[in-house]
Amino acid sequence: MGDIVDIIIIGAGPAGLSAAVNAVTRGKTVRIFSNKENNLSKAERVDNHLGFYHASGKELMDKFKEHAKAMDIKIEEGMAVNILPLGESFMVNVNGEIFESKKVILAMGITKVKELPGEGRLLGNGVSYCATCDGMLYRGKNALVWDQSKDAWEEANFLQSIGVNVTFISKKPKQENLSNDIKFIEGTITEIIGENTVEAVNTGNDLIKTDAVFMLRDAVAPAALIDGLELDGNFINTNKHMETNIPGLYAAGDITGKPLQLSKAIGEGLIAAQHAALQIDKKENLNGRKY
Amino acid sequence: MAENIKIINSTQEFDDMIKQNRYVLAEFWAEWCTPCRMVAPVIEKVAEQYSGKINVAKVDIDEQQELAIRYGIQTIPTIIFFKEGKFASKEIGVKPLASFARMIDSNIA
Repeated sequence: MGDIVDIIIIGAGPAGLSAAVNAVTRGKTVRIFSNKENNLSKAERVDNHLGFYHASGKELMDKFKEHAKAMDIKIEEGMAVNILPLGESFMVNVNGEIFESKKVILAMGITKVKELPGEGRLLGNGVSYCATCDGMLYRGKNALVWDQSKDAWEEANFLQSIGVNVTFISKKPKQENLSNDIKFIEGTITEIIGENTVEAVNTGNDLIKTDAVFMLRDAVAPAALIDGLELDGNFINTNKHMETNIPGLYAAGDITGKPLQLSKAIGEGLIAAQHAALQIDKKENLNGRKY
Repeated sequence: MAENIKIINSTQEFDDMIKQNRYVLAEFWAEWCTPCRMVAPVIEKVAEQYSGKINVAKVDIDEQQELAIRYGIQTIPTIIFFKEGKFASKEIGVKPLASFARMIDSNIA
């Protein structure tokens, strides 16, 4: 575990980068993690972001990244798996590595995570979101890896390498990177079956027996990421400072709800970062140390 | 480490502990488990906060496979609360102190 940073930002779209830029401007140290292409870069044309008439989403995103880079902000590859509030600080598990910060800003965008029948009920009883976290429990057993992110093959290879008997199921044709020892099925999963623990999965036309299912998506649903987080449907509830019901945890951008627009995301990133920075300053002044 | 935390070295030791103590909170964990490292300091705090009321057991599932199988541990960390030697309640995964406090309070009332 490295040194504690001021602010960890999850997501490097417009909201996350705006938060990072504003945190650094206020003299705060940040780490920013991202593991997917954001929605803005897919937008063909954006006409309502002031000062950038007729720009493509990709052009804008490139400019935002350039801006961040010019301020020495380094976007790190990684997906947050859990966040644990400890009162004065947070522990964040990014792909099995723990990072610590004083504040956390969630800016992952909208997560289209649709829970499968059986998934929530069997989570922790054969259903897992993290191969490096739970893999060792299934050594010598059968596990199914459901490919829903670009790194899923890596996790499947890891599981196979520690002695799990892996079957990889994907909508896409078999990738070269996937270990040859892994059984490959082209398809999808529609249901997870089991009374108290995972027994099988339904692929729509077949039942496959298995002891575990690793669901490796691009993002963990906010409710699974942090215990007790207040949501409104799929969105995270915040106050006017973009702070969630968990003190020190902020949310900004599409993840807080409509309108799902660039300018709003950038504004929210700024509000969250400035408020987080101010709270850190206040606390450190009270403690009589300033840096 | 808080005084009321005990590292379990055998099944017998665990059985004695839940028999001799009215309330035991057992944390099932392993060296390689990142989420366990996140929960460890929280369990420390729980032990301190409930010192004199409950006892806390740390069970390494790689060392104590018999116990892991007996309690059907499928993911770690799993935290089980035992009341008068019997399973009362469990929490799975990374949770804040308040979740464990709720589980304990509802069982020791």
